[in-house]
Amino acid sequence: MAVGLPENVFMTKLDAAASWARSNSLWPMPFATACCGIELMATAASRHDLARFGAEVMRFSPRQCDLLIVAGRVVMKMLPVLQRIWLQMPEPKWCISMGACACSGGVFDTYAVVQGVDRFIPVDMYVPGCPPRPEQLLAAVIDMQAKVRRTGTVMGKEFMARDTPMGPEPFESEERYRIQDANLVQLGGFSAAMTSAGMKRGAGNHG
Amino acid sequence: MVELSVLQQRFGIELVESTFRDNRRIDVPAAKLFDLLSCLKSDHGFNTLIDMTAVDYLEYEGATDRFGVVYMLLDVFGGERVIVRTAVNLPDPKLPSVYSLWRGADWMEREVFDMFGIVFDGHPDLRRILMPEEFAAFPLRKDYPLKGRGERHNFPVITRAGS
Repeated sequence: MAVGLPENVFMTKLDAAASWARSNSLWPMPFATACCGIELMATAASRHDLARFGAEVMRFSPRQCDLLIVAGRVVMKMLPVLQRIWLQMPEPKWCISMGACACSGGVFDTYAVVQGVDRFIPVDMYVPGCPPRPEQLLAAVIDMQAKVRRTGTVMGKEFMARDTPMGPEPFESEERYRIQDANLVQLGGFSAAMTSAGMKRGAGNHG
Repeated sequence: MVELSVLQQRFGIELVESTFRDNRRIDVPAAKLFDLLSCLKSDHGFNTLIDMTAVDYLEYEGATDRFGVVYMLLDVFGGERVIVRTAVNLPDPKLPSVYSLWRGADWMEREVFDMFGIVFDGHPDLRRILMPEEFAAFPLRKDYPLKGRGERHNFPVITRAGS
């Protein structure tokens, strides 16, 4: 070697160094709404010990987190909250969708339950299971670390390319027709009921 | 135990009594509902409204009315229970609020309104309680599709580049 490096010095790329640091200190934001949240707690507890992978610092403020773990079903009243939390998290940030309900709505194929959070926020990793075992979540965190090391850049350029949601088809055809029908009748009977009930808010939105 | 004949004397013969297992049920027309409930409370000691809910009888075999509204009363000191049922119909399902009798009716009536669209006259704050305020249907009605009318998909999509 022409120019020898001194001892304790090695060369790397800044991207790789930053990604290495980030991947080993993922701070999760636990968005636990159902039984998956219990498994999430078990993952963090002593038996499975998420701390072994540097991801034990659960922060309940999204401002301090870089890994959103959506654990459990998300209903339509909760989704704006989830989106707001995602937007409040600083870059770089990643998202794990944990369990069947967060990934696809699970067995709750009803009017109020969002059929997969990936339709409305970006998701990096899916964990199947109902609920998944802590080992599965650990595997997801390990895969997440690998992904961060593989794709990470200092300036977060890896996020710029993804400008389309990566979920399944948004509607089944039948549901699309129901939406059309509902828009046609404009929900006239509903407005009347709301007005007679003396509702101040909400009623004006469906003119 | 409150005798049906006593109530019938006071309210006429429209009251119908039936039993199922150990449940005692009194059917009353909507016009006499409030009088009957307030009489049960003041004269017969039913001081607690245990629960209150509604049933949609659309396409139910033998049903003549669209909605049944059910009040479950309990006399805490005597241990007696009675179920009072009444019926309302479209297009104007409306009942008097029993908030003035039992404060516990507040959220129960809001829930029945939220799920069935039954309006309670005299309720102090009749808003949706479970569904978001901008929700535009009554989801527990039987003519509402189980998978909804697309409300669960009606959100802005946040992408990577956009966040």
